[in-house]
Amino acid sequence: MKPTPLSIAAAIGVVVAFVRVFFFTPTEAIQGLAQKIYYIHVPSAWVAFLAFFLVALTSALYLALREDRLDRIAESSAEVGVVFTTVVLITGPLWGKPIWGTYWTWDARLTLTLFLWFVYVAYMVLRSAVEDRDMRARYSAVLGILGALLIPFIHLSVYLFRTLHPMPILGKPERPSLPNEMLSTFIIAFAAFTLLYVALLRARYRYAVERDGVKLPEGD
Amino acid sequence: MPSLRRSSTCGIARWCRPVGSLFRDALLIARKDLMIEFRTRSAFLAVLVFALLGIVIFYFAWDVTAVSAADLAPGVLWVIFAFSGLLGLNRSFAVEKEEGAIDGLLASPVSREAIFLGKALANLLFVLAVQVIAIPAVSFFYGLPLAGVAAPLAAIAVLAAIGLVVVGTLFSSMAANTRLSELLLPILSLPFFVPIVIPAAQATAKLLSGRPVGDALPWLRLLLAFDLLFVVACTLAYPFTIEE
Repeated sequence: MKPTPLSIAAAIGVVVAFVRVFFFTPTEAIQGLAQKIYYIHVPSAWVAFLAFFLVALTSALYLALREDRLDRIAESSAEVGVVFTTVVLITGPLWGKPIWGTYWTWDARLTLTLFLWFVYVAYMVLRSAVEDRDMRARYSAVLGILGALLIPFIHLSVYLFRTLHPMPILGKPERPSLPNEMLSTFIIAFAAFTLLYVALLRARYRYAVERDGVKLPEGD
Repeated sequence: MPSLRRSSTCGIARWCRPVGSLFRDALLIARKDLMIEFRTRSAFLAVLVFALLGIVIFYFAWDVTAVSAADLAPGVLWVIFAFSGLLGLNRSFAVEKEEGAIDGLLASPVSREAIFLGKALANLLFVLAVQVIAIPAVSFFYGLPLAGVAAPLAAIAVLAAIGLVVVGTLFSSMAANTRLSELLLPILSLPFFVPIVIPAAQATAKLLSGRPVGDALPWLRLLLAFDLLFVVACTLAYPFTIEE
């Protein structure tokens, strides 16, 4: 597949963000180098949630409109979302170990992220387990919608679980009010990752189109 | 059987169907499923034995000197119910797959929502029947007197069972048509069981440690909210899983 202007822009954006993170952004005084993970971790988490939101939205629209395109977008977004959630789940513990003193705690947000990963990996397994294209689209749309309904319940139950049963963990660092240089780096990273998401989504979508043997209208 | 298939234009009419007939049809479906189960009894015995074995196995995986029975029992109960529920749910639509019984069911003048509610109701009674035996068994094996907390415990059990069953019935209908059927049901269902198992186990733990019932109320509310949302969502979603 030829690189598109969008994917080139996303690649440049990510490179610029990384160069800025490592060479032009001050190291945080207390957390040291570990804090640099912030610029990957938080934008990835944002992208993951954005991706799953799009899955739910296109799933609901699919059931209403029965446009195959919507199913392909949901499929692509779920897969890209799982990749970014995996990044979040890998960078999080790496950051947590030096700062919190532990790789993992059953904090509400961490647990929610883990279960989102489970739900959308199950979504991918479900897709691979159904042969019929129409049935696959309907089944995965149902799961895509129910998955979104599940999010507040997991968050709330784990959150209550944590507050009613406090466990001694090292205090979660309050997010510092970022100095300007850090903030601008963060915004660049944020924009670069969002662009990367759109580029990956588009590439994955085009793959789905080719696989399904559909002719794209010009300029799509 | 295209002549018997509901056309999509009667969608509005389907919504306007009197609620009474929806429930009457659901009861009919549930009765059919329970009758099949009652005549064969194979699934119930298997699941019951599985639950009892689970309770016993947990005992041996447990350091008696470190963890008291009251601390262990809630977790054991709800893990067992989650897994034994899955075993029973697998069967729910497998029965209909055999010899194409589902086609007959879909061709019958019963709305899809009623089929779903009936199936879920039969599964609910199935899970409750397992609980009626398994909960006293836990009390017996772990030496926990449950008589004082029987009523609130029953409320937790029913609320949690409703949640497990509606989600599980929907996914059972989907999984039955896939290549991975038995494997797929737990993968799909277990993430959805988390917001049921946590509140149910926590509320049970509150009761067993002798705290007032009021302490368990936030958890019961969470279970109730889950049940309400997912009964509606799964009932509405079910027709999408069985279109031809």
